[in-house]
Amino acid sequence: MSVSDLSAPAAGSPGSRVRAVHDSFHGDLLEVSMGPHHPSTHGVFRMIVTLDGETIVKLKPVFGYLHRNHEKLGENVTYLGSMPYTDRLDYLSSMTNNWAYALAVEKLAGQAVPERAEYVRVILAELTRLLNHTCLAGFLMQDCGCSGTPLMYAFREREYILDLFESLSGSRMMCNYQRFGGCRVDPSADWLAGAQKLTDRYGVFLDEFETLLTGNEIIMARTQGVGKLPPALAIGAGVTGPMLRASGVNYDLRKVDAYGVYPRFDFRVPLGDHGDVYDRYMIRVLEMRESIKILQQALAGLPGGPIMDPKAKLRSFRPKAGEAYGRIEGPKGEIGFYLLSDGSPNPYRYRIRPPSFINLTILEDMCLGHTVADAVIILGSVDIVLGEVDR
Amino acid sequence: MLGTGLLSGLGVTAKNFVGSFYDPARLTTIEYPEVKTKLPEAYRNFPFLVAENATDPMGTLRCVACQICEKECPPQCIYIEKSKDKKPDATGKPQLFPAIFAIDTSVCMSCQICVEVCPFDAIKMDQVYEIATTDRFSALLLNREQLAKSNAYYHGIHPTEAAEVDARLAAERKAAEEKAAAAAAAKAAAAAAKAAAPVAKPLPNA
Repeated sequence: MSVSDLSAPAAGSPGSRVRAVHDSFHGDLLEVSMGPHHPSTHGVFRMIVTLDGETIVKLKPVFGYLHRNHEKLGENVTYLGSMPYTDRLDYLSSMTNNWAYALAVEKLAGQAVPERAEYVRVILAELTRLLNHTCLAGFLMQDCGCSGTPLMYAFREREYILDLFESLSGSRMMCNYQRFGGCRVDPSADWLAGAQKLTDRYGVFLDEFETLLTGNEIIMARTQGVGKLPPALAIGAGVTGPMLRASGVNYDLRKVDAYGVYPRFDFRVPLGDHGDVYDRYMIRVLEMRESIKILQQALAGLPGGPIMDPKAKLRSFRPKAGEAYGRIEGPKGEIGFYLLSDGSPNPYRYRIRPPSFINLTILEDMCLGHTVADAVIILGSVDIVLGEVDR
Repeated sequence: MLGTGLLSGLGVTAKNFVGSFYDPARLTTIEYPEVKTKLPEAYRNFPFLVAENATDPMGTLRCVACQICEKECPPQCIYIEKSKDKKPDATGKPQLFPAIFAIDTSVCMSCQICVEVCPFDAIKMDQVYEIATTDRFSALLLNREQLAKSNAYYHGIHPTEAAEVDARLAAERKAAEEKAAAAAAAKAAAAAAKAAAPVAKPLPNA
């Protein structure tokens, strides 16, 4: 596309700073291709940015560099065979991906889940939320230019959570832990003591992390008022998760759907005011504090009993014909799996609703009128994982 | 006051910087090739085949070439060919064995589904992670001889799990023996009864 045939945005829109007149001093618009190999794009993601001076007047996101036919693969392997592939969607939060998929299949097959498994799922999902939000805060600061320190602090804490995942499931990131009708292994008393220790300690780390970042004047100046997302636009675009809540919309599937045993826990849903990058950072920190509260309650109330439903089938699992949609509140937003069964061992149709992908579609509207450096932190605040965007 | 947030943040980095010199618990990294962390018992990377006896691994593989793992493997990295003849397994029952059992570790994604679906506890997950090689193809395609490892090795890497498996197998074996003994006793009793009381009924064609 040639840059000169670019139509100027309507007056009043965030991109209306584009000049109508091009004199000899002000040059033409400049088209810059950012990515796919660019450290700030969090993977292989490309933005075609059209600049007027330093101001973004058009931004076209290009996805698909990491496409690996995930949904078609899901139609060709058994229901159980798709489970390890879901780890590889959003590889920071494989436990919640597993859960969303297991929930969809359990709905399809009418499979009951024992109470202990539900509690363990909540514990693992909240640990995943801590892990994901800590990493996001670290990456966001890296994008702002705080080279190293916040990211390394975040990764240090992340490693403690990954150690827990490894000692339970056998793998740090590709957990493959949830099964239809429960969980694969029962957490031992040692493991639960480790989780309790981490939960008790995490608040101390968050205090330290917040002293480092939240009140920092440079970060405030850099992130406040940048990349505002109005609530109406966020709802219209189907944005979910912390991004939607940062814009002040009270929508959390843990409260709305009340899936699993979440209604038994006392927690609040933090909401933002301005919908800018700083609010999105703050929402994540506040959500982590709520996650710690949920973890404390879940670890205290963990019941005994089996971890797997005794009627659950592992081999030759054939749900009867029908369809089901299972969704949970993942760390990035609503992660959902839609399954259509024709009674065979493989799903007839396997479709994913990825939160990263849908949250990313609104990127241009947030970036218009800002500089390239701002686009980097706006992208950082969206919290994407390209494994999930491209699938 | 402007700048207090910045200064308190610097205080945190200074505390961490100095603290790591005085408190060894704060040192979160290790010097990897020289020092290694202890792997958790549950850690897994690639599958191996369990053999009862370390001296004769090929003769004592638990695998009976049922090909369930080959069918269930999501990336389809397992290839099995059944043997033509049978050999006795641990319970003395004649069983098929894999003439060819190959795993392409360049395709394997360490998901552990083969282990979960195996009804014979014949395939388990290994913990060897230093497997870098300069050959992309044949070195990563492991055959039956490379995959076979002894039960003692399995006990070494997953002690809790291996003990459970052994207990279960011993119980199954005992049950099978009792069943066989009961069947043999019944058969012997029937034969004895037959011998004691010859058929009273005349043969139909007589």
